[in-house]
Amino acid sequence: MDIVWFVVLSAFIFCIGAAGVIVRRDPLVILLCLELMLNGGNLALIAFARMHGSEAGQVFALIVMVIAACEVVIGLGLIVAMYRNRLRIDVDEMTELRG
Amino acid sequence: MWFEQVLFFIAGAGALAGALGVVMLRNPFYCVLSLVAHLITLAVLFLLLQAAFLAAAQVVVYAGAVMVLYIFVVAYIGGQDEAMRPDDSLISSFGPLFAAAIGVELCFALIGTGLESLDTRGADVGPGFGSPGGIGSLLLRRFLVPFEAASYLLLVAAVGAVVLARRRRGIEDEPPPPTPREAPAETVEVRV
Repeated sequence: MDIVWFVVLSAFIFCIGAAGVIVRRDPLVILLCLELMLNGGNLALIAFARMHGSEAGQVFALIVMVIAACEVVIGLGLIVAMYRNRLRIDVDEMTELRG
Repeated sequence: MWFEQVLFFIAGAGALAGALGVVMLRNPFYCVLSLVAHLITLAVLFLLLQAAFLAAAQVVVYAGAVMVLYIFVVAYIGGQDEAMRPDDSLISSFGPLFAAAIGVELCFALIGTGLESLDTRGADVGPGFGSPGGIGSLLLRRFLVPFEAASYLLLVAAVGAVVLARRRRGIEDEPPPPTPREAPAETVEVRV
């Protein structure tokens, strides 16, 4: 397979994730769509690592996975805190940062 | 050779279908399951790119651990269907347009790129490319500082999540909220 196919696929995945971040209202699903965008970036990184024949790109992808895990942990903590404070879990309703 | 192409198109279609499922399904629980399917097909694509260690990490860490965390939270807050926006709202028509604009721009960038080796199968690599040994020695030699920084970032995120989600004083004795999604938004004063 040519490398360009993988890069095109990663671009499509990134775009679908970006559309989801804008369109959806549930912060949980927005986090999922962010994961989609990060995974699109990961696929491009690994495709380019294969293209150059260097493993450094795969290490970058591994670091991106770590970042995604951190983002998930903090985001889910925020959602649980919102639930505990009896706020509606909806990004259209969240207009202030007061805890 | 043809086997590789067939596998690419099956896995690519699966990845796109999983991504579309995440964006389009209304129930958050099904969204999470769709993302699990997407991640597993993406691991197949990683294997096609000779990233064996990353494919294993994707399945074990991502599709295994992180998605379990998501499912726990969906089960905790109750996975009701998401409310629809009114049809005339600006944002629900702007989102797909924005995504299409990014897609067109990325395709133009790919068409006009000067990278000739994009149309090849990539550089010749040995059989050990992407093995755990190679990645591990890169992480501990060339990328030691980013590796340590990532570990500290994980520690900070874990502590932050504990601080964010702990049970605060003031709402501890009250009964749990019945259905917070349908209930009107009422703010509760919380003294920390």
